[in-house]
Amino acid sequence: MFDLQGFGALLLSGATVTIQLAVTSLIIGMVLGLLGATAKLSNIWLLRKIATVYTATMRGIPELLLVLFIYYGGSILLMSILKKFGYNDYVEISAFWGGVMALSIAFGAYATEIFRMSIQEIPIGQQEAAQAIGMRPFQTFYRITLPQVWQIALPGLGNLFLVLLKDTALVSVVGLKDIMYQSSRAAQSTQQPFTFYMAAAIIYLGLTMLITGFMMWLEWRANPAARYAKKLSRQTIQRQSTIG
Amino acid sequence: MDWNWQVIFDHIPDLLGGAVLTVQLVIFSGVIGLFFGLVLALLRLSKNWMVQILPFLYIFFFRGTPLLVQIFLIYYGLGQFEAVRESFLWEPVLSQAYWCAIIAFTLNTSAYLAEIIRGAIQNIPVGELEAADAIGMSKWQKLTRITLPRAFGIVIPVYSNEVIFMLKGSALASTIALMDITGVARTISARTYTLMELFFAAGIVYLLLSWVILFSFRMFEKRMNRHASYVPPDVSTHTVG
Repeated sequence: MFDLQGFGALLLSGATVTIQLAVTSLIIGMVLGLLGATAKLSNIWLLRKIATVYTATMRGIPELLLVLFIYYGGSILLMSILKKFGYNDYVEISAFWGGVMALSIAFGAYATEIFRMSIQEIPIGQQEAAQAIGMRPFQTFYRITLPQVWQIALPGLGNLFLVLLKDTALVSVVGLKDIMYQSSRAAQSTQQPFTFYMAAAIIYLGLTMLITGFMMWLEWRANPAARYAKKLSRQTIQRQSTIG
Repeated sequence: MDWNWQVIFDHIPDLLGGAVLTVQLVIFSGVIGLFFGLVLALLRLSKNWMVQILPFLYIFFFRGTPLLVQIFLIYYGLGQFEAVRESFLWEPVLSQAYWCAIIAFTLNTSAYLAEIIRGAIQNIPVGELEAADAIGMSKWQKLTRITLPRAFGIVIPVYSNEVIFMLKGSALASTIALMDITGVARTISARTYTLMELFFAAGIVYLLLSWVILFSFRMFEKRMNRHASYVPPDVSTHTVG
């Protein structure tokens, strides 16, 4: 059943495009999420409203529609702007960057909520203590708030990253040469759609497992205190067992 | 860039027609997926690993792969096999984009729901289940009277999220040429060259639908969990002096 008929390399090249798309969107999406969370928690009314509208709309609109809207609409918008400067050629946003924009906007909306909740989880006393010993606001954020937010937000972000990975498949609709696109091509030329879509599914499953493993490692790294506690309890058990 | 409002107004009936299809897809797959997910969750909670392994693999596959792959596997993929093409299901069901979309959405959502329901069942306070054992309930009685109703109350808020995800996922039906909201917007915009306007209008329809879903779930949740907000009548003011 799994005779790939020489299309294996093509599928792998698609996989690298998928990974590039996912990682780029992840990074930009995280920045958007942090900005969104800061806006939501700020004292400025306008910023709060903008962030609220952003999360409320993006969580109700299908990612596919967003991809189509940004890919096609973005080109139209870009052309009409360029026309004002007297440049009349046909321009097009690349599928990759259109996809990155759409996916990171969607990711950012969910990440905003996760960051906001994690920031609110941190006891206010921590910030007050940092202020009391004379840290500047940026230092407080960078040294006190962020490491703790990171630890609380990690599991949620991991889930979001998995969702993001799966959403990358949508960008194949506008012609990005990712796993989905390449397996469609292979399916058409060999007339064996099941084989090739199954192969695509298995690549996605492999990536999912990789990400899950990576997130587990990150969570282990982010919480040195828990690690130390585990080590202590293990030592205690050992000591007890040697005594007893 | 010129924005053409007229084209939106002209095509509102078409978009609403698409919305009907979208709602059909969501409701069908939502209801069937809920039952299927419940069965999967119960199997997954079995203590026997032989029973556990199949639902585990199922959930792993459907949660780990993109919905688009699943739709293509069912709609394009199944036709690869002679046996499927010659079976009695081919003509009325498996060659129809509509049914393939429903099958794909149902399989997908049931995997997610199974995990949600499993989480809810595991979150039921152990004492309540022990109490059921203590008064001598049979396994079936415990399931139908304690476990499921309790899990149901825990599940509803999360379930509304899952329905919203399904609403968003249903846009993928347009990739197999179904005329749901996205499909309508794509077709009309290709004909009239008014992409931005129609995608914008489609986005609004999706937002309205998701608000309706969220609102109705909130009402339903309030009713289901009304024990939580029950205030007993104030007897202190009615005491006989």
